[in-house]
Amino acid sequence: MILFILRRLLLAIPIMIGVALVCFSLVHLAPGDPLVSVLPPDASADLQKQLRTLYGFDRSLPEQFVGWISRAVTGDLGTSIASSRPVTAEVMKAVKNTLILAAFATMIGFFFGSLFGFVAGYFRDTFVDKAASFLSVMGVSVPHYWLGMVLVIVFSAQLGWLPATGMGSGGSANWAWDWEHMQHLILPAITMSVIPMGIIARTVRALVADILSQEFVVGLRAKGLTDVDVFRHVVKNVAPTALAVMGLQLGYLLGGSILIETVFAWPGTGFLLNSAIFQRDLPLLQGTILVLAIFFVLLNVLVDILQTTLDPRITRG
Amino acid sequence: MNAVLDFNTVAASAPAAVIEHLRVTFTGGASPVRAVNDVSLTLKRGETLALIGESGSGKSVTLRSLLRLHPPKKTQISGRIEVSGRDVLAMNTSTLAAFRGRVASMIFQEPLLALDPVYSVGDQIIESIQRHIKVSRAEAHARALKLFEQVRIPSPERRLAAYPHEMSGGMRQRVMIALALACDPELLLADEPTTALDATVQIQILLLLRELQSRLGLSIIFVTHDIGAAVEVADRIAVMYAGQIVEEGDVRTIMRSPRHPYTQALLQSRAHGSLAKGSRLATIGGAPPDLANLPPGCAFAPRCNFADDGCKQSEIALVSLTPKHHARCRKTEQESPPSGGEG
Repeated sequence: MILFILRRLLLAIPIMIGVALVCFSLVHLAPGDPLVSVLPPDASADLQKQLRTLYGFDRSLPEQFVGWISRAVTGDLGTSIASSRPVTAEVMKAVKNTLILAAFATMIGFFFGSLFGFVAGYFRDTFVDKAASFLSVMGVSVPHYWLGMVLVIVFSAQLGWLPATGMGSGGSANWAWDWEHMQHLILPAITMSVIPMGIIARTVRALVADILSQEFVVGLRAKGLTDVDVFRHVVKNVAPTALAVMGLQLGYLLGGSILIETVFAWPGTGFLLNSAIFQRDLPLLQGTILVLAIFFVLLNVLVDILQTTLDPRITRG
Repeated sequence: MNAVLDFNTVAASAPAAVIEHLRVTFTGGASPVRAVNDVSLTLKRGETLALIGESGSGKSVTLRSLLRLHPPKKTQISGRIEVSGRDVLAMNTSTLAAFRGRVASMIFQEPLLALDPVYSVGDQIIESIQRHIKVSRAEAHARALKLFEQVRIPSPERRLAAYPHEMSGGMRQRVMIALALACDPELLLADEPTTALDATVQIQILLLLRELQSRLGLSIIFVTHDIGAAVEVADRIAVMYAGQIVEEGDVRTIMRSPRHPYTQALLQSRAHGSLAKGSRLATIGGAPPDLANLPPGCAFAPRCNFADDGCKQSEIALVSLTPKHHARCRKTEQESPPSGGEG
């Protein structure tokens, strides 16, 4: 098992190098001068040149890439052009905030998605199934920034039950798992959870329907198992795939939803990416994408390991 | 829910299984499919009965009715089914669950599909034992080990931890048999247990079943379309066609002097050793009837060489040729035993 995990981690290294290369090139292929935002419009050619040398933009792209990646390995992602703070610290702070939101949203999505999926799968072609399927299709297709704004209008502006934006008093630095801060989490997490909820509900429904139609369920009944016992078998058969889907959904959400984090002013990676793009803050943009990609790859490794432990048919070769 | 019944109270004199006027209709589709039409059978204790017939003849449906395994919402069952004196159709959900696997258990055709892929085979047997018998897990494990030895699985301790996909087809079917025998059932229902296996493995499994039957005194209903397999294990054969038993008798009688035209045609269509090289294998022309739209008279009449208008008018009664040999045909007097060649 340990060997299997090590192998999976080793395999992740070339993927990460590839990811780094792609994100570096994409950022540099995009038009626009990164120094525009920090230079005054009437800056002299001398000053421009000086700054270019300072940030290393005067060197060739391969040189820049090698320099960036070799420093990145040591944990140094450079300095943000806009804020002059180290990128690594900025990104990590944002990742932590997004992680809070994404994990909470995934839990909500997984719980309700599984619930709807199991109910729909067990009571196929009944009214309950249609209702659950309707909800999950809604979850996938409703624009979530719109849903976020509706929730804010109803629960913050009109009812005044929940705060509309931010992470609570003291911002992200003072985050704590108490009601004072948690209430800020509720609306964005619900908004964020509808997509994984819809996807998980549809996956689980299809899995449950497929498993219930298999011969071994008849076999279990023929052994004298009750519906409750059979349900336990169904859950164990559904679990590997459902958890894999959940892991991937968490991965997508970690990228932060730019729109949701902007609507709720949640200082996560999506929020950070948004400002980095608008300010042409190349080091920050590159760094954020790279860190997110690493998280995504690691999460995939984790999902693989989990699935292997749960499903004996997947070999650890 | 987990009712454990005291099954010792029922008299040991009752037959292993009695089926009376069983009708099974599937109502899930566009028009109702009459899969079993008035089947009556009696299985004595310690007897092995083979139900033979082609696909769609209702043999598996009859067998599964004994455990009431059909989806209840899409199935209409009428008639009477008794297993060891217990009225199966009258059981409530928890009684039925306590009955399944304990009094009567089933061996499925394709063990790879009939076993849960994500549980080890040992766990599945232990689960079955602990469902019906109050024993600790260690005791259930020991019992599972003994069962594996009984069905001759090599290195049984190691195999208990294996998953279904890790075993060969023959080993899986042995696991299936061990699972069916886990709680000492009185009646074993085998649904084409050798169809999915290689020819050599088929014989091993048949021999194992026959040996277990005589050693444990089991009563077995064995569904197959393989007449050779039926002859190998059965005492009695019932031939089914379009949801009815068309002929029933002991193995020797059915093989030597079949009286129903369908049985005769079925026996002639076997590829047996005496078939001369170059001669054509006899086949039955036409196709079985649509079970959603059965003819009023004999269902085999459209394919029968002896049929006349009278055969197509109304249902045919079962004719008793001897006390132990019955055929559902108006022409049992006129027929000749199979000589091969015609048709």
